[in-house]
Order: sequence, then structure tokens, then C-alpha cells
Amino acid sequence: MQLNDLYKEIILDHYQSPHNRGRPPHADIEAEGSNPLCGDDVEIFVLFDGDRVKEVRFDGSGCAISLAAASMMSEVLEGKSKAEVREIGDLFKAMMHGEDVDLPEEMEDLEALKGVANFPLRVKCALLAWTTLEHGMANENVGGRVSIEVD
Amino acid sequence: MENGVSDEVGYDVRAVRQDFPILGIQVHGKPLVYLDNAATSQKPQVVIDSLVHYYTRYNANVHRGIYTLSEQATAAYENARARVARFINAPSPECIIFTRNTTEAINLVRYAWGADNVRAGDEILISEMEHHSNLVPWQLLAQEQGAELRFLRVNNEGRLMLDGLDVLITEKTRLIAVTHVSNVLGTINPVKGIIKKAHKYGALVLLDAAQSVPHMPVDVQELDCDFLAFSGHKMMGPTGVGVLYAKPHLLEAMRPFMGGGSMIRKVMLAESTWADVPQKFEAGTPNIADVIALGAAVDYLSDLGMANVREHEIQITQYALDQMREVSGIKLFGPWELQTRAGVVSFVLDGVHPHDIAQILDSEAVAVRAGHHCCQPLMRRFNVPATARASFYAYTTEEEIDALLEGIHKAQRVFGHAIERSV
Repeated sequence: MQLNDLYKEIILDHYQSPHNRGRPPHADIEAEGSNPLCGDDVEIFVLFDGDRVKEVRFDGSGCAISLAAASMMSEVLEGKSKAEVREIGDLFKAMMHGEDVDLPEEMEDLEALKGVANFPLRVKCALLAWTTLEHGMANENVGGRVSIEVD
Repeated sequence: MENGVSDEVGYDVRAVRQDFPILGIQVHGKPLVYLDNAATSQKPQVVIDSLVHYYTRYNANVHRGIYTLSEQATAAYENARARVARFINAPSPECIIFTRNTTEAINLVRYAWGADNVRAGDEILISEMEHHSNLVPWQLLAQEQGAELRFLRVNNEGRLMLDGLDVLITEKTRLIAVTHVSNVLGTINPVKGIIKKAHKYGALVLLDAAQSVPHMPVDVQELDCDFLAFSGHKMMGPTGVGVLYAKPHLLEAMRPFMGGGSMIRKVMLAESTWADVPQKFEAGTPNIADVIALGAAVDYLSDLGMANVREHEIQITQYALDQMREVSGIKLFGPWELQTRAGVVSFVLDGVHPHDIAQILDSEAVAVRAGHHCCQPLMRRFNVPATARASFYAYTTEEEIDALLEGIHKAQRVFGHAIERSV
């Protein structure tokens, strides 16, 4: 168990200088996710341009892993179709559960989180943003803000 | 003081550590530094031996068999009750009810006392620093009975704001449920004064003593508390056994908690009568082995001397606070005055989330807790989502505090902070 597997430089960069952090004035999807056991909270906002993601923004408070994962997610999803978003989400989840996955080249940042799989207690941190997004997309037709609690 | 050897006469922390096999193990190739004693304590060999001895020599059910083993088990079980009673100076062993833990002890009061004594319009006074286990049961009772919850607030220093007590206690107050020692702030609350005032108004007081009984002398008759709850596993005993102390006349008047075997006198098809106190509150086969081992833990603590344990923890806490306050970017919670503070230090670091602190400390084999510590309202009060918490015990050494500090500096290094050590 190596600490460097967890706190890679790129993860710390995303944590300390997050990308796409903040609340947009309007969003097509607004979802909040929390891990009540840790006290981590994340809000995900998605703006679509037709079927494609125009912008993902996030806000919240949490540990380095959960916020870095949200920041990375917001970057890699830009321009993706809804089907692609689901696909990438599934790949990421599989990676977090220790499976060997081939991530598309432009998503190698995400690969930095691979080491989290060796820290079972932290996997939920890395998945919080993704699970929240997934929940938001599943309820897109319902409209309004959705929230989910994960353990 | 040097090399972690305490300078109190007759208290040798090195010798104490020899009694705890787990304190010799390594984690990630480094010696374990166990600083999560507010969550659970480690166990001395005598407690472990007590469990093994019971299961290898006289395992039998209690209070029923007419054979040697059952008699031995019953005697050991009841003997543990007597020793626990002496440990907190309860007037008699019958005032001691064995439960699973503090939470169950508090819930026992909620059901067996609360249902008959808290009515619509009555008030229950609790504090903002309560562990969820001394908060949620009273929320549930208040909802069921149509009673009102009122709250003692906490000031910036981490003390109860008792100025408001005269306004908060009224003729309608049935119960004040308050923690003796905060599991987050370490604050030792002036419960004796609270109890005195409560009794003037005819209110009863329940003390959550989960963080006090393991760490300092506690005398229930001197405090004059009505109920007191604590857990065996936080005081060097095994998990799965907790204690409720209550004044004898209260126990006599209370309805049973759970129904079943052992708690009955006579059972007919349609109704039953109850066994005497304390059996009335201990339905079913109890946790025999762990109760007996709790008796061994109580003996062990008595041999150390609770005043010595407390004095050692004051010194260790002073040592920890003196060093921690010098760390740049740290925020410490709780009172500074050591006579009214227990060995619990919650802290946060600028730019490093508590979970990341705990993770990095773990890589140095330092075990601390990170999170809300089952005190979400208190976290809100201090406007933090979580804290890291180091908590000490009779076996904590200055070297372990040094390791904690090293770990804190490592966390700051990993997260790219300037390291300023002025110690």
C-alpha cells in the first residue's frame, strides 16, 4: 500500500486548483450527492447542447480524492454524448473496483485515480461525483434538482 | 519527562504498555501508534485471558443450571456486576444493568423510564455536544410522546453555555440528558452543578459517561446522577457489553425493557410478572463472557488507579497541545484548561481534509479518527464538515505524540505546505 498511489501529483493539482468549480446560473441537470458517513458533499451541474455535454460544473466540500475526481470528471465529459457519458462512467466504476480497463487516450488523467482501488475505504470518495451524475442523468426527465446519499 | 516514561510516582507507562499485546505490533512496517481511544480502547492481556479462561474452563449459562459450571459462571457474572458497582461507587450491585453498549443503556432509559414519565408538553433538555446516541433516542421519545426538546448551546471554547440553564430548565423539564465528557472537544462538563439544579426543579439527569468512566474517577453517589451509561470496550474491556447505572428506586418503578427469559418471575399464557431488579432488565442469555472480562478490565484499571490514569492523560494532553498549537495552519478545538479537559484533541489543517490527514497518518502507522464523530450538530456548530481526532489513554506515550506530529507535518508536505516548526 503506497501513499503515492493515492496522492499523485495530478490528483493534488485537481484538488488544489479544481477545474470547472462553481455553480452555473442555469443547468439541465442539477444533482447533489453526499456521503453522510464522511460528511462529503458534491453538487454536479450539467449543461447540454442537444445530445452533447456542453459543460459540467461542480461544487462541494470533501477530501482530496472526492473533489479531484469531480474536477477530472467535469473535464473529460465535455463534448461527450449522453451515451458516451454513461459508457465512461461504467468504465470508471469498473476501474475503481479493480478491473483492468482501457480508457480512451484523452482521459488518461482519470487513470491517476486507478490507485484508489487499492484503498477500499476511499473508493466511495472517487465514485461520489460519478454516482451523483449518474443519478442526475437517470432523473433528467423528471426535472428539477435530485439528491442521492451514498455509503 | 523523557522517553515517554511518566514522572508520576508509581505510574510507569512503559510497564503499562507491556500489558497490551497489540501495542507491540507493526502496521506498514512501523510500530503501531494507536490514538483512537475515544472510539475504542486496546485490551490488556488479563482481559483477553479472562475471555479465554471462561470459554475453556467454565462456559455455561447463568442463573439456571444446578451444576458446578453454571454456578461458577453465575458467580463470576454477578461478581463482575459487584466490581463494576464498586468502580463507580454505586450503592449496590443491583443498580448495575448490563447492556450491549452505551447506546443500548440510553435506549433502555428511553423505553423503560421515558414512556411512563415523559408526557405531551413535557420537556427534555439535551446539549449541542451530544453524541448521536444521546440525542436520537430523545428525538424519538419526544416525537412519540409529543414532548419538546430543548438545547444547551456550546460556546467557541467548546464549553456548555450554562448561563442559560435557569431559563432552559422549567417545571416541565423531566430529563436532562448530557454528556459527562465530549468525545470531540474533550470538554469535561460541570455536571454536578447541572444535576443539583435539575433536582431543584424535579428533573432527572442522565449522564453519558462513555468518555469519562474509562478515563477518570467517577462516583455516582457524589455526582448524585439519576442515570449513567458507559461502554466496556472504551475502558479496556471487550466489545458487546455496556452498563446502565440507575438509582435503585427508579429501577424498581421502571417497566421492563425487553421481554423474554430471565426477566420474568411467573409466566402465564396471557400475562407475566417480572423478576427483581436487575434481572428485570436483562432478558435472554446475557453476554456472559464479556461481562466477566469487563470485571477483569475494571480490576486492571483499579490497580492502575483512576487518579493516576487521569493524571497521566493530563500530562500527555498538555504535551500534545503544546506541540500541536505550534503547527502552522492548524485549528484545535476544545478548552485549553487541562483540569476540565480530557485526552481528546480534535483538529483541522488548512488545505488538507481530515480524511486525507487520517490516511497519511495511517501510512505512518498512526491511527486517528476522521469524520463527524457521531456529532453532526456539533460539527455544524463549529462550521466544519469533519475533524481529525487524536484521543489518548493510560498507555499513550510522548513518543507517540511525536509520531502524530511527524505525521501531521508529512500531511502538510504531501499537500505542499510550507513546514514551519518552531518547536
